[in-house]
Amino acid sequence: MSKAFATIWRNVRKGDGPAAVAFLAPSFGGITVFFLLPLIDTVRRGFYDVRGVNFIGLESYVSVLNNQAFRLAAANTLKFAAVCIPLLMVVSLGTALLLRSIKPMGKFFKTAFLLPMAVPVASIVLLWQALFNEGGLANTVLLRVGLEPVAFMDSGAAFWVLVFTYLWKNNGYNMILWLAGLDGISETLYEAAHADGANALQTFRYVTLPCLLPTVGVVSILSLLNSFRVFREAYLVAGAYPNDSMYLLQHLFNNWFMNLDISRLSAAATMLGVALLLIILVMRRFLDEKD
Amino acid sequence: MKRIRFCIKCVPLIALAFLVVWPLWFMVMGSLMPLDELRITIGPALTSAEGQSVWPILPSWPTLQPMVSLLLDMPQFFTMFWNTFKIVIPSVVGQLILGAPAAWALSRFRFRGRKVAATVYISLMLMPFQVTMVPNYLVIDRLGLMGNIWAVILPFAFSAFPVFIMMRAFDAVPRALMEAANIDGAGRLRTFVYVGLPLGVPGILAALVLGFLETWGAIEQPMTFLNDPASWPISLFLPQIVSEELGVAMAASLLMLIPAALFFFFGQKYLELGIQSAGIKE
Repeated sequence: MSKAFATIWRNVRKGDGPAAVAFLAPSFGGITVFFLLPLIDTVRRGFYDVRGVNFIGLESYVSVLNNQAFRLAAANTLKFAAVCIPLLMVVSLGTALLLRSIKPMGKFFKTAFLLPMAVPVASIVLLWQALFNEGGLANTVLLRVGLEPVAFMDSGAAFWVLVFTYLWKNNGYNMILWLAGLDGISETLYEAAHADGANALQTFRYVTLPCLLPTVGVVSILSLLNSFRVFREAYLVAGAYPNDSMYLLQHLFNNWFMNLDISRLSAAATMLGVALLLIILVMRRFLDEKD
Repeated sequence: MKRIRFCIKCVPLIALAFLVVWPLWFMVMGSLMPLDELRITIGPALTSAEGQSVWPILPSWPTLQPMVSLLLDMPQFFTMFWNTFKIVIPSVVGQLILGAPAAWALSRFRFRGRKVAATVYISLMLMPFQVTMVPNYLVIDRLGLMGNIWAVILPFAFSAFPVFIMMRAFDAVPRALMEAANIDGAGRLRTFVYVGLPLGVPGILAALVLGFLETWGAIEQPMTFLNDPASWPISLFLPQIVSEELGVAMAASLLMLIPAALFFFFGQKYLELGIQSAGIKE
């Protein structure tokens, strides 16, 4: 044991080792205490009873997977990601392309699209309620143009309100990522395409898209993670138990936490973490190969 | 012809920009609107009033009355505002003080385990709050910090994201400059302080702006770890008063937005930088 430690120490002392340890220690110490060690404990607790004393095997996992609320929440969360991530990627890429093509006004629009990022969720609760509650402004508009009013918060439409919120909030963020990706494409490629007589659509298809592929990976991963944040809006506007159509995993985690259901929560958190890691790994592998 | 194409491109952008900017207009106008008018315009949506909401372009009788009554008659509001700062400032300062040296080491030092450490930071950065909620709770509970504002501050201060952003900024510091400092007799600490930090300022500011926006609007963390409403930040307090006091809620929403908006307008360049640095592939 001490021998192994001595070898590690000798390796560490080579080069920048000691300085690196000193520079990293405060941050990495905190990361270890607040995230890494308790993450291990969380995985362990998924296999133990609520007090964390008796080993109960896969019982919590089985209970989570059989739980109706969990199934609903997982299905909704998947559906939400499957709908809003591709939608956001297309809309934000379109925004970025349009923005690049009108140079003079670009700065103004960029600011406008980024603005929702700075708006604290709590500030827009009132507005969202004024828009989408019964008797709200969205329904006023519908009535004016002669359509039937919709119960936005108490029907399947709640899901789409959430999708809209996500798009509203994240369009600017993704636009910046796309713009950075577009800036990275060499001008000579476009000149070559132009010389070969390619039209705008062909240029986009054969120059822009292939060159953007690495960006697609990053944008999709970040979009996925940002999709978890719509919980803030969902929770503040509709509470802990919203319409079934927008009951997400985040609601479930929150509600189980309120009941201090640590075993099931640990099992669910472990599964969510592993699932996300796998998705991220697969996305990166898949997109790296095409480079 | 060129002008026509320009206009065609502008139309969708203007439509999108309208969708994005209108909410702010709503909030500013709403906080200038007298209570009677609010009751008629959006009362049907937010209170039990009958009818259908409407929204005028401008308030009929602009007034600062709701703002004044919020500032004078609601001492809780100041407490909540102050509570927010008590969480935001230590969190962001902690992120920078703890994160900058770590980012410098990960970016510029060559040592065994660098890759592993960087991977740990990146993986943690990619986990949503729902995954880290239980781990954080287990530690906070063991440390006896449940309900204490440090239960919110400490996980924020140690978050991986600012380290990542600053790491990207330090990547751009030329090694030649570090070697020059080394030849001049500067040790690693001096090189970091006199070469790394000044050149890394844009990245540090990017981390600052993103960290502020994140902690200022935080909902999940205070909601999970603070059970006493007396220590709640304004982000949790605001949704509660919406139904009670329409005018005050409008004014409070606007006041909560102002610090974030100021950070945004003065730090937009760094905000963009921060977003971009997440997009660079390792």
